[in-house]
Amino acid sequence: MYGGGNLFETPKLDELRNEDPIKLKEFEDRIERGEKIEPNDWMPALYRKQLIRMIEQHAHSEIIGALPEGTWITRAPGFKRKMSLMAKVQDEVGHAQLLYSAAETLGKSREQMIDDLISGKSKYSNIFNYPTFTWADCCFISWLVDAGAIVNQTANARGSYGPYCRALDRICAEESFHLKYGHHCVIHLATGTPKQRKMMQEAIDRWWEPLMHFFGPPDKLSVHTETLVKWKVKMATNDENRQQFLDMYVPKIWELGLTIPDPNLKKNAETGLWEYTEPDWAEFKRVINGDGPCNKERLAVRRVAEERGEWVRQAMLAPQSKYVVPLA
Amino acid sequence: MNNIALKDLLYKIADDQLIIGHRNSEWTGIGPILEEDIAFSSMAQDKIGHSYAFFNVLHELGESDPDTTAFLRNAEQFHNCQFVELPIGEYDFSLVRHFLFDHSEMIRFEMLTNSSFEPISLIARKLKGEVKYHIMHANVWIKKLGTATNESIERLQKSLDEAIPFALGIFEESKYEEELANEKIFPGEIALKERWIEQISDVLKQTELQLPDLSLTEARTGGRYGRHTEYLQPLLDEMSEVIKSDPTAEW
Ligand SMILES: [Fe+2]
Ligand SMILES: [Fe+2]
Repeated sequence: MYGGGNLFETPKLDELRNEDPIKLKEFEDRIERGEKIEPNDWMPALYRKQLIRMIEQHAHSEIIGALPEGTWITRAPGFKRKMSLMAKVQDEVGHAQLLYSAAETLGKSREQMIDDLISGKSKYSNIFNYPTFTWADCCFISWLVDAGAIVNQTANARGSYGPYCRALDRICAEESFHLKYGHHCVIHLATGTPKQRKMMQEAIDRWWEPLMHFFGPPDKLSVHTETLVKWKVKMATNDENRQQFLDMYVPKIWELGLTIPDPNLKKNAETGLWEYTEPDWAEFKRVINGDGPCNKERLAVRRVAEERGEWVRQAMLAPQSKYVVPLA
Repeated sequence: MNNIALKDLLYKIADDQLIIGHRNSEWTGIGPILEEDIAFSSMAQDKIGHSYAFFNVLHELGESDPDTTAFLRNAEQFHNCQFVELPIGEYDFSLVRHFLFDHSEMIRFEMLTNSSFEPISLIARKLKGEVKYHIMHANVWIKKLGTATNESIERLQKSLDEAIPFALGIFEESKYEEELANEKIFPGEIALKERWIEQISDVLKQTELQLPDLSLTEARTGGRYGRHTEYLQPLLDEMSEVIKSDPTAEW
């Protein structure tokens, strides 16, 4: 999975004024022609900065995203679900690893990124700041949060930075299994016993707003992103991604006899666009700034994991060690 | 063929695999480095897959289906050794347990490849290949952390000292050792333990770690007869929380 609606800083014009205009032109022409930018190629400082920020947020979202589902591994009902969920969450941690490596090619180390995560300096997807009360919440994430992530990631995979695109290609291939797994789980609940159906409906009711938030603030409220669009850092707007998601998944949710807690949700036959109630963007802001139901818990888990693992990382660096771990 | 003896053997293997897999999966998302997070999860998946294979054999011998057997018994009905049910503790304990348990597992599977009961020998041959990688992983990390820093050596030594009595409990003999050996189903726990001591000593010799004197160590036994530590029942309650919430449901 992965957090959508990346938060970009407003690019400041000054930051571009310092760039060599000839090199900048060459760079933009290459992107225009659909070429990929590689780690050793020339790039404007702003491009580097925004990409680090974006890939880092993505990596953090994978690793923090492993937590709300991870707590259900020990409770998954039956062998089949247990094995699949374990494999899925393991994939997510693997995604984090791939993405941290992609971001490292731009000059920020994994340790620095994790430090910034723990200190709250860098963000991750807002949706993982909500709790998974029931097994159905876990199934909701596997199906629909991953579905949202796929919409975002497929768009980003067409971007301009080579290492990020290649990581995303691998990630998207795995995500399609997650989606299938999640969908199966939800089908079983939605067509199961009254208790299961109730559990699933309650999960949808709880998660719908955070899922709408997931794609980020509406375009009319978003900061200027023209440069980022031109540089193929941002490949689709938040509203475009949200529309695509609604178009693909709302019918599938309704098909299962589940309802969506938004009386205004409908597709406008003329425009072909979905109409919906704007989710509470003040709440989104509040949660992103650290005041969500689980922010503190998620970061605490990460911090404690880092502290408990410190001696292992120290030992791996130990020069006196007689044995070197061949890390695959 | 002696069915009671056979089932007893199958249950203890399946239960060991399920519980150690369950414990190792608890590292998902909180490992000391991402690579280890992934490694523990992957080994946990293998172990749970192994347990599933053995529960299936039991099912063919007339026991309930794997989900019922694995998720709906209580602690006294489990035959795993107490070692695997202990909490994951710090990474040093989990690593030491992984090292000690997986060596025994590897030798057990090797022995079972020659079992006269074909379903077991077939599974053992298949699974041996996976466990080989688990052993490699454990050896690499024990050698690394067992020689790296004062802290890492001390931590591993302390965990090793704590783990050994429980590890010896892996080899608690069943009531059926003789039957199993006579029928060439399984050569027995004593033979297994001897090979295990050799193997782990070989690796530990390459580190700063000292294997406690086994002749002076009392094994923590009982698990094979359904006597467990206080940790198993809560683990099982957690494992069955969802499945028990609506027993009529399919999940
Ligand atoms: Fe995913
Ligand atoms: Fe992912």
